[in-house]
Amino acid sequence: MNAIDQAILWLNDPLNWTNPGGILDRLGEHLWISFAAVLIGCLVAWPIGLWLGHTGRGGGVVVLISNVTLAIPTVALLTILPLTPLGFGQRPVILALAVFAVPPLLANAYTGVRQVDPEARDAARGMGLSGRQLLTRVELPLAVPYLATGFRTASVQVVATAALASFVNGGGLGQIISAGFGLGMSVGGGQILAGALLVALLALGIEGLLALAERALTPRPLRRPGRFRRRAATA
Amino acid sequence: MSSRQWVISSVRYADPPGNPWFSWQYLRDNSDTVLSALVEHVTLTTQAVAFAAVVGLPLAVLAYWFRPLTAPILALSGVLYTIPSLALLAFVAPLVGTTRPASVLIALVLYALLLIVRNTLAGLNQLPAEVLDAAQGMGYGRFARLFRVDLPLAIPAILTGLRLATVSTVALVTVGSLIGYGGLGDLILGGFRNNFYKAEILVGTVLCVALGLLLDLLLAGAGRLLTPWTRGARA
Repeated sequence: MNAIDQAILWLNDPLNWTNPGGILDRLGEHLWISFAAVLIGCLVAWPIGLWLGHTGRGGGVVVLISNVTLAIPTVALLTILPLTPLGFGQRPVILALAVFAVPPLLANAYTGVRQVDPEARDAARGMGLSGRQLLTRVELPLAVPYLATGFRTASVQVVATAALASFVNGGGLGQIISAGFGLGMSVGGGQILAGALLVALLALGIEGLLALAERALTPRPLRRPGRFRRRAATA
Repeated sequence: MSSRQWVISSVRYADPPGNPWFSWQYLRDNSDTVLSALVEHVTLTTQAVAFAAVVGLPLAVLAYWFRPLTAPILALSGVLYTIPSLALLAFVAPLVGTTRPASVLIALVLYALLLIVRNTLAGLNQLPAEVLDAAQGMGYGRFARLFRVDLPLAIPAILTGLRLATVSTVALVTVGSLIGYGGLGDLILGGFRNNFYKAEILVGTVLCVALGLLLDLLLAGAGRLLTPWTRGARA
């Protein structure tokens, strides 16, 4: 029996779904961890990104943060944070994932505000809008497509990276894969493949869902047909 | 198991003074281990990026020449990138075998491939039409134009892709330590499993980040040497 047959067999066993620590439990953990991480990321990155974009300063900072974050291995952050006063459990995992959600959120918020037409900005100023009003009434609505792109990139990245939380027993669907590797290839091969399938499907599903949501939420005048859509910053 | 549990609880409640984050003693005593992990890391990274470049550049040129191929190639690489690294490793490992670094290498190449194809294609598609017309008018054939005009002008974009691919590959190599070929990731996770040996974790992390930034700098320097014409324009 090869690994693929084993994987199908493993997925067809209802106990693997409903047992404590089974697929449904892990799925719940996975989604909760990802949700919390993206939420923290948004709360931190969006205000900073919008403000930096509004003042027009800090482009270099945004690039620097993205580059350095890219260079830090997720595994390292997941390993180090539990050993700090944060302690073990889900908190360090959520924080580590939030760190990886920040660059795309930040970069897109910054770019979103920067790309606003200078003439629209001048017109708003001419109408007597204060800096704060300019940000909330003109720049923020016009930056929504970029914010949405950043949110989507960050969410998919976090859902995908959350699989690594299993390295430190942080829960999530990755745990199924890790457990499979722990059993060895002859016994756990099917479980490894099944876990990989679940994680990959979840990531692709979230990507598709958010793509639809992004389209639905973008204000109609800002929806551009494919050819003219500007590429948002990805980091 | 009982001794391990004891150590976990002792670390959690009373941090023993003998486990600092920084320790020269550790480096001196384990220089061989650290060095071999570093060598493995560099080898895996360079092999993965080199493979990805050898496969990715022609792929990008194909997509550039034959427009109908662009969408499928980009879509395929986009889907690949959405699949979590752990899941990809879990897909590859049972099929290729866990006892070989090839499993890690394949997963790494697939990720680096996307970044290289995407950036190369973007660079090629953004070449000014006048320049291409001029090249055509001077009698350059398809291949001559590709090697004398298109590719040299796209070098900045290609290098951006290579740099991104390199830095993220350096960070991704660590995931391979799940099947024993993770380079510096073996140090990070080894330290975590070995009674939370902080010095070992930190050495792995710092070397990883330093390696990523160093390779990034080297590639940036190579880019400057290869594109002398961009310097005059910017200054």
